[in-house]
Amino acid sequence: MQWEVVIGLEIHVQLSTKSKIFSGASTAYGAEPNTQACTVDLGLPGVLPVFNGEALKKSVMFGLAVGAQINERSVFDRKNYFYPDSPKAYQISQLYYPIVGEGHIDIDLEDGSQKRIGVTRAHMEEDAGKSLHENFHGQTGIDLNRAGTPLLEIVSEPDMRSAKEAVAYMRKIHSIVRYLGVSDGNMQEGSFRCDANVSLRPKGQEEFGTRAELKNINSFRFVEKAINVEIERQMDILESGGTVVQETRLYDSEKNETRSMRSKEEANDYRYFPDPDLLPIVISAEEIEAIRETLPELPDDKCARYREQLGLSEKDARALTIDRDMADYYEAVQQAVDDAKMAANWILGDVAALNNKNAIEFKACPVSAEQLIGLLKRIKDNTISGKIAKEVFEAMYAGEGDADTIIDNKGLKQITDTGAIEAIIDEVVANNPGQVAEFQSGKDKLIGFFVGQVMKASKGKANPGQVNQLLQQKLKP
Amino acid sequence: MSTLDKSDVEKIAFLARLGVDEQDIPEYATNLSNILEMVEQLNSVDTDDVKPMAHPLDAVQRLRADVVTESNDRENLQSHAPQVEQGLYLVPRVVE
Repeated sequence: MQWEVVIGLEIHVQLSTKSKIFSGASTAYGAEPNTQACTVDLGLPGVLPVFNGEALKKSVMFGLAVGAQINERSVFDRKNYFYPDSPKAYQISQLYYPIVGEGHIDIDLEDGSQKRIGVTRAHMEEDAGKSLHENFHGQTGIDLNRAGTPLLEIVSEPDMRSAKEAVAYMRKIHSIVRYLGVSDGNMQEGSFRCDANVSLRPKGQEEFGTRAELKNINSFRFVEKAINVEIERQMDILESGGTVVQETRLYDSEKNETRSMRSKEEANDYRYFPDPDLLPIVISAEEIEAIRETLPELPDDKCARYREQLGLSEKDARALTIDRDMADYYEAVQQAVDDAKMAANWILGDVAALNNKNAIEFKACPVSAEQLIGLLKRIKDNTISGKIAKEVFEAMYAGEGDADTIIDNKGLKQITDTGAIEAIIDEVVANNPGQVAEFQSGKDKLIGFFVGQVMKASKGKANPGQVNQLLQQKLKP
Repeated sequence: MSTLDKSDVEKIAFLARLGVDEQDIPEYATNLSNILEMVEQLNSVDTDDVKPMAHPLDAVQRLRADVVTESNDRENLQSHAPQVEQGLYLVPRVVE
């Protein structure tokens, strides 16, 4: 049997507000437990939620960025369940009238093509606290600092057909929220979390198969792995004539397997109803348009501009624009050195390679855009060769100062003095009489050998163009 | 359809984490069914032109400026909790 994979994602994005969605407590990450959990977050009797307008604005920005309809009137509902990290015993969310309606994004596939994925809706809600299960004499410790942090839950259509497509969708949403500045998107800190609904159906069948929901997968790599092992699990069940049970499953990254958390039918009866503590959220068409005016250039537009105005290839333009920090860095360097291709090669090559090797995000790159500009200018004005520049770059990355300092300290300045280069050439010629004779008898390819020898003798510092030219003159019979 | 039986009452009680005595279940079933029956009269009203109401007050939500106004009050707040340790509220163990 040929099976078709059907995947839909729910992404929870923490909105980067200073205060919580319904209280004036701070949302800063990493504080001592419960020092940022006020009476509203604790759900003490008599408190009332007061809605943070910034959460609304950021949600609207996201909706506009994915071409979605913004609902001028949206309503908060209570989602009722008992769990100690949610002290009110309900989560304030939006079920019936979410802020963001239907939209879409285009994801980038490996073959360079794009595929449109529907965004069903996005709604505002509050985050829960954290449960710590270790070391409390058989009890659970609760930290409510995160309780009440504003979330935007973005629900996709079941439009993805492979784990790779799901990752591409997640990356695009991540890129968009970072561009918009509506979230820091920090996955280690839980600002960007993903649940995946995965099901299989016989190829050609219209009706969806029974799905399993994979919870809280917190890296791009794990999303792909988790979905793939889940696809295999379901395929084994279906191929052997069994049926998939609708349930929530947890991905265990150490064992690379998914396991059942709870069966959906017994757990999920949330008895939603409109929250009587909150009035409908209303935003006018004018206010929505005013927010639209504030949207920055988004990755797809930036990519198109890099191709058209700067003449970059699709591949380079795409790679440079996924991460806004990288794009900003690129633009600063490109404008200063006025060489789109050179800047792209360096940033996608040496800079990205060292960042990846050291697992450093672009915004934390130890070589600033100004430092890279300083280096590229020294290549442009022939102070150093491209090869020496790589050595200088590594030294800059290691914190040894800016390009000029390193070039001086290490004596890397390119030799452009004709007399000095000639002296080295004379030595190389004298030491290799056999090769000289061969060259002079017509073996032109040997020029490479001589250039190599001269560069080696100059420790890479001779100007390669000059070396080539002077060698041709010297070796002429 | 608006008649609840014993298992419905048990389920509702479970979801609300309420302990209900076995002997009281028939009475709860009757009372809750009566409420549903009363509410069901609404189905006879034509509501096609009525906008769904989210709140009885005809007003919209006031927006708060995004400013941190609360300071750390942990010591005071935790003095009301039955058990705390290392700044955490302790609760009976929950296992997923």
